[in-house]
Amino acid sequence: MIEIRFHGRGGQGAVTSVELLALAAIAEGKFAQGFPSFGPERRGAPVLAFCRVDDRHIRLRCKIASPDVVVILDPSLIRIQNPPADLKPEGIIVLNTPKTPEEVRRDYGFKHTLALVDANKVAREVLGVPIVNTTMMGALIKATGVMKLESLEGPLKERFGPLAVKNFNALKTAYEQTVIEERRS
Amino acid sequence: MAHRVGMEVSIAVSHAVQMSRAEAIAAYPITPQTHIVEHLSSMVANGELDAEFVNVESEHSAISTCIGMSATGARTYTATSSQGLALMNEILFIASALRLPIVMTVANRALSGPLSIWNDHGDIMAARDIGWIQIFVENGQESFDHSVMAFKIAENHKVLLPTIINLDGFILSHVVEAMEFPEQELVDKFLPPYHPRFSLDPKNPVTMGAFAMPEVYTEVKMGHQMALTGSYDHILSVWKEWGDLTGRHYKPVEKYKTDGAKILLLTMGCLSEVAEVAVDEMRDAGLEVGLLKLRMWRPFPFADLRKAVEGAELLIVCDRALSLGGAAPPVLAEVRSAFYEMPNRPRTASFVIGLGGRDIPPGVFKDIVAQAQAEAQTGPTEEYHIFGVRG
Repeated sequence: MIEIRFHGRGGQGAVTSVELLALAAIAEGKFAQGFPSFGPERRGAPVLAFCRVDDRHIRLRCKIASPDVVVILDPSLIRIQNPPADLKPEGIIVLNTPKTPEEVRRDYGFKHTLALVDANKVAREVLGVPIVNTTMMGALIKATGVMKLESLEGPLKERFGPLAVKNFNALKTAYEQTVIEERRS
Repeated sequence: MAHRVGMEVSIAVSHAVQMSRAEAIAAYPITPQTHIVEHLSSMVANGELDAEFVNVESEHSAISTCIGMSATGARTYTATSSQGLALMNEILFIASALRLPIVMTVANRALSGPLSIWNDHGDIMAARDIGWIQIFVENGQESFDHSVMAFKIAENHKVLLPTIINLDGFILSHVVEAMEFPEQELVDKFLPPYHPRFSLDPKNPVTMGAFAMPEVYTEVKMGHQMALTGSYDHILSVWKEWGDLTGRHYKPVEKYKTDGAKILLLTMGCLSEVAEVAVDEMRDAGLEVGLLKLRMWRPFPFADLRKAVEGAELLIVCDRALSLGGAAPPVLAEVRSAFYEMPNRPRTASFVIGLGGRDIPPGVFKDIVAQAQAEAQTGPTEEYHIFGVRG
């Protein structure tokens, strides 16, 4: 089982991301869960969302306390939440940032494997709006291979209708631009 | 052929109600039940479900309207949670006494106060004695299956009792997960149109909801009690029929790895599957622990439970609600009553967990078993434990 935790702010689409990922994984014949942290979330406030993917029925109903991957939609959350605090040692940080791996390690002290993409830039260029959730799914898939990019086409179409094509392009662009750097011991 | 879908469980329940061809719905939105009735409302508005959807101003009106619609012979559905169920309370007793086969989903949520939108079983335990059939489900698939089966159970002329399907709020209702949907054809074959035994019809007038003099009230209540306990066999036959059609079989008390278990956990609702994970880990570590999952809450499956604990030395009951100032939390109280006259009954230990949405990972069940084992030697320190409470 792979457990993924999204860190975002209300309105950035963290909950939509985990739902779409779960739907895509299920469409591949896998088992998955996508669910929010069920708090009194509101626009701009920190939000958690969770996704589990497995080859068998998932029996857990708790939050993800020790994730394999954290996806950080908004780098301003790093100082207030420290998302990788409980990330597994071999886990991956997927981060929306214009910074290089060296800068990220220097500025945030991250030791884990990094998957970095300037999702704000991609979203602005491809979608025309700085909504980074679908973009960051591309980075997540590049970093983990948890599912095929194409598997998201159906769920995106279902959710976004005519806007699905743009969202899928943003996801593909982010996939191509994501920089991976292995963890430092 | 059945097909596999990924869907939020709430939405799956609304599809189950649609595929059951509900004819009348009255509901008031309340978190975390809202998505269910929102989607049903859309289905009716879009012509995808041929039903009357009555918007009402409160849950009291919702259930009252359901009573009226069910009395006319319509297949009737509603859903609620927490304060909504509490606001329905006085009418819930009337629905069952009138023997109206309304089906209701309760997306279980804590009762105020303090105000909490999160999951526990406080709402349904406060409505324990309303005379309805009450079933708990563990996952999305069961939520779908039992929503369909509930209509068939409730509408059986030997039953004619309203039925509640309890579905844990948020931690089950709001999760996108994989399920299998049957074909409409199969549902239609399984669940034919509802033919009421009696209905409100100007051509054939009947009285429903008459008052009862002291000479008959007791007899009517006795009849209600006999109907509810007697519904047991019919529930099982409906579950068997569904199991034969879909391959998914259900029992009043589900057993998990109970062979040779000296210690048994007892859970209800979707935390049962979390407990399974803990049991797997404890079994791997050589502990003789098993799990009983109580699916049927009303009528209470006394005989099944007594049989299920044979050979066990300790039964650890996990409640999701309190009975403040009482002898025991609700499930434990019931279980102890079931065992009192039983020779060789197991000892019981009691833990209240997951109140108001407190997160329950598998480790909680392992901690509970460890504590119960220790106290089996020394005797319990308290009548029951509110697990993990901070001092």
